[in-house]
Amino acid sequence: MLAVYPLTFAALLFSVGAYGVLARRNAVLVLMSIELMLASVTVNLVVFGHLAAERGDAALTGQVFALFVIAIGAAEVGVGLAIILLLFRNRASINIDDADLMKY
Amino acid sequence: MVSDYAWLIPALPALAAAIIAAFGKRMARKGAEVGIAAVALALLLALAIAVEVFSANVATVAELEAAHESEEHAAGQGVQVAMAGDRAAALAAADGEAIEIPEGLEAFVHERGVTLAQFQGDEGFEAGIRIDGLVAMMFLLVTFVSLMVQIYSTGYMHGDARYTYFFALLSVFTASMLLLVIANNLMLTLVGWELVGVCSYLLIGFWWEEKVNSDAAIKAFLTTKLGDVGLIVGVVTLWGMFRTFNITEIITMVGEGVQAGEAALNQGMLTFALLALFLGAVGKSAQFPLHTWLPDAMAGPTPVSALIHAATMVTAGVFLIARLYPLFQASPTAMTVIAVIGAITLFGAGLLALVQDDVKRVLAYSTISQLGYMVAALAFSYTAGIFHLFTHGFFKALLFLGSGSLIHGVHSNNMSDMGGLRKPMPVTFWTFLIGSLALAAIPPLAGFWSKDEILAGALSAGGATGTLVLVLGALGGLVTAFYMTRAMFLIFAGEYRGHGHPHESPASMRWPLVALAVPAALIGFVNLPFDFAHASGFSAWTMFSLEYFESHAAQFVVPLALAASAAAVIGIGLGWRLYRTSPSLDEDPMLRMGAFTRTLQNKYYLDELYHHGVVRPIRDGIAQGAYWLNDNVIDRIVYLAGAGATSVGRFTYDYADQRGIDAGVNGLAGGANAFGRDVLRKMQSGNIQRYAGAMFVGVIVLAIAFAVA
Repeated sequence: MLAVYPLTFAALLFSVGAYGVLARRNAVLVLMSIELMLASVTVNLVVFGHLAAERGDAALTGQVFALFVIAIGAAEVGVGLAIILLLFRNRASINIDDADLMKY
Repeated sequence: MVSDYAWLIPALPALAAAIIAAFGKRMARKGAEVGIAAVALALLLALAIAVEVFSANVATVAELEAAHESEEHAAGQGVQVAMAGDRAAALAAADGEAIEIPEGLEAFVHERGVTLAQFQGDEGFEAGIRIDGLVAMMFLLVTFVSLMVQIYSTGYMHGDARYTYFFALLSVFTASMLLLVIANNLMLTLVGWELVGVCSYLLIGFWWEEKVNSDAAIKAFLTTKLGDVGLIVGVVTLWGMFRTFNITEIITMVGEGVQAGEAALNQGMLTFALLALFLGAVGKSAQFPLHTWLPDAMAGPTPVSALIHAATMVTAGVFLIARLYPLFQASPTAMTVIAVIGAITLFGAGLLALVQDDVKRVLAYSTISQLGYMVAALAFSYTAGIFHLFTHGFFKALLFLGSGSLIHGVHSNNMSDMGGLRKPMPVTFWTFLIGSLALAAIPPLAGFWSKDEILAGALSAGGATGTLVLVLGALGGLVTAFYMTRAMFLIFAGEYRGHGHPHESPASMRWPLVALAVPAALIGFVNLPFDFAHASGFSAWTMFSLEYFESHAAQFVVPLALAASAAAVIGIGLGWRLYRTSPSLDEDPMLRMGAFTRTLQNKYYLDELYHHGVVRPIRDGIAQGAYWLNDNVIDRIVYLAGAGATSVGRFTYDYADQRGIDAGVNGLAGGANAFGRDVLRKMQSGNIQRYAGAMFVGVIVLAIAFAVA
């Protein structure tokens, strides 16, 4: 199998996610962009897991790891949304620029 | 060898002084116990050293005698000098031939030292000790008298406000005197010499609350200082001649007749140096004409008078002459001067004692007179001089402590306030009597033997100076006996004339009197003027060279001894006749003799002469001029220098410090502050996306870096 396509796809997906994290002001969208980066990493795990299987590794480590990442990503979204909810309650805004108390 | 530890003898009292000064006031006996313990230890050590040195010298003499005997056998002369008795005759028969001393036989000398500073070449300054018979003898005398005086002082000074300070000073003094004695070079001797001078000053002025006492202290210090100038000149001259301060080396070089660089000895220069040294001795040992300080020094506490102004410090001058005796031997001129000054002093001071009322002044003039005897004796006989020093130390300390006991009992120094004290003060009376008889040279007490040896030395020397010393010495003996008889009667006989009830002194004062009375009576027997004693007695113990020892046998001239004793007895008889009824002071025959009395009471007008001839010109002329110079020239220069320094400092402060260094430091701090406030602070925006962006940039930079590497 030619690994370059899925890996290129994963890299593009990661770049989109990174852009979203750095450029978005909406906290929910930032959270979603983090999910995109997580997804691209998951793709990579699956691809390399598949390559390892082709070379005779029967343990499917990459695929199993991907399942873990998806599960932990769900938990992470839960926590992140809770933070955003509290932010909204306190500030009546989910603009990430308003959450700048940790400064000089 | 015990002598290796001799340095402990001065070190112990010095240590004691430090301890007393630091902790004395907190001790049970206020420091007195430390001083007494230290000097007692020093006395034990001095005894051990004396045994070692004296027995070594006696053994050497015995060996020499054995060598002589075998020599005479070999010569087959058949004349056996079995009893050393005929040695003098044998020597005379030898007709001036040099006495042969076998190789390797010499008087005991033990020397140790450390070099403190090295000058060019092998010249250097060394601090060291030199132990020989003379030093061992001085150790015994100084430590014994000092011990007695310190024990006595616990009673005499009891309750004094500066009791602890007093004991510290006594210890310092003892240490200084012992240092002066033990020193093996003239520089160190000089150090000890000045230290005892300072101690003397401090102790004479011990009760400085009264101006008289502090004046007396200043007078004593300045007068002896005048002599000290001579001493320094002498020491420096000797250094110039021999390029060393070491006493042994100087003596050796003089013995060989050379000075530094193998040049022949410059006789005139040597005489000059010795006369300068003698000036120091004149000041310290209170010889005419610098004796005037000693009677005034009686202003100090009586134990001090006993220790310093009778038994030890004033003998320093005599000791110095004895120490450098081979040098003085090489200069007949110096010897003549010594004899004349000594003779004048011994007689003139004796006369002055006749008219004194203060018992301590009687003793002070008698001390001057006896020091005159010692000095004059040294001109003829080494042994006679130091033997008189030795015996005099004991009986004069006894007499002074006795006078202290009297003063303690009647609260007055004046004999006109005493009288009839034999009954209430028996111990003082008997010990004082022994001391007086010893001083008056009544046989067989100590003073008789030593004074007889002096007169015998003068007699055998003959010549003009010998005759002078002999005649004045014999007359002086009469005068001495007379004034001591006068004092005895005025003090102890008749009715009590003072106030209150006289009482005997406490035990701490009585026992030292008794302890000193024993040597005062018996110490003369260590140097009987007979040949069997010559080889094993004092003269052998303290010899400085075998050659001198051999050629100066003691003599006992029976007519002379009889005449001297007769003079003393006449003196006592006269005193007995005139004072038996113990007249009150205004009937005192000594005070009713017109011009004679007036001259003596005014001390030959020497004090007036010094006041008008020395003190006034210096004080009103030179001192005023110096003061003006100081005020108008030196002070002005100093003031200008000070003002200049102030303005330089002010300028430096304003420009260099405030505007230069301080401005730089402040600017640096301000810059750092502004940079932090205006730049660094902005980076902490709190904006999470900026932080994340920075992190991404960082990761990318790292990735590129790794890729390139």
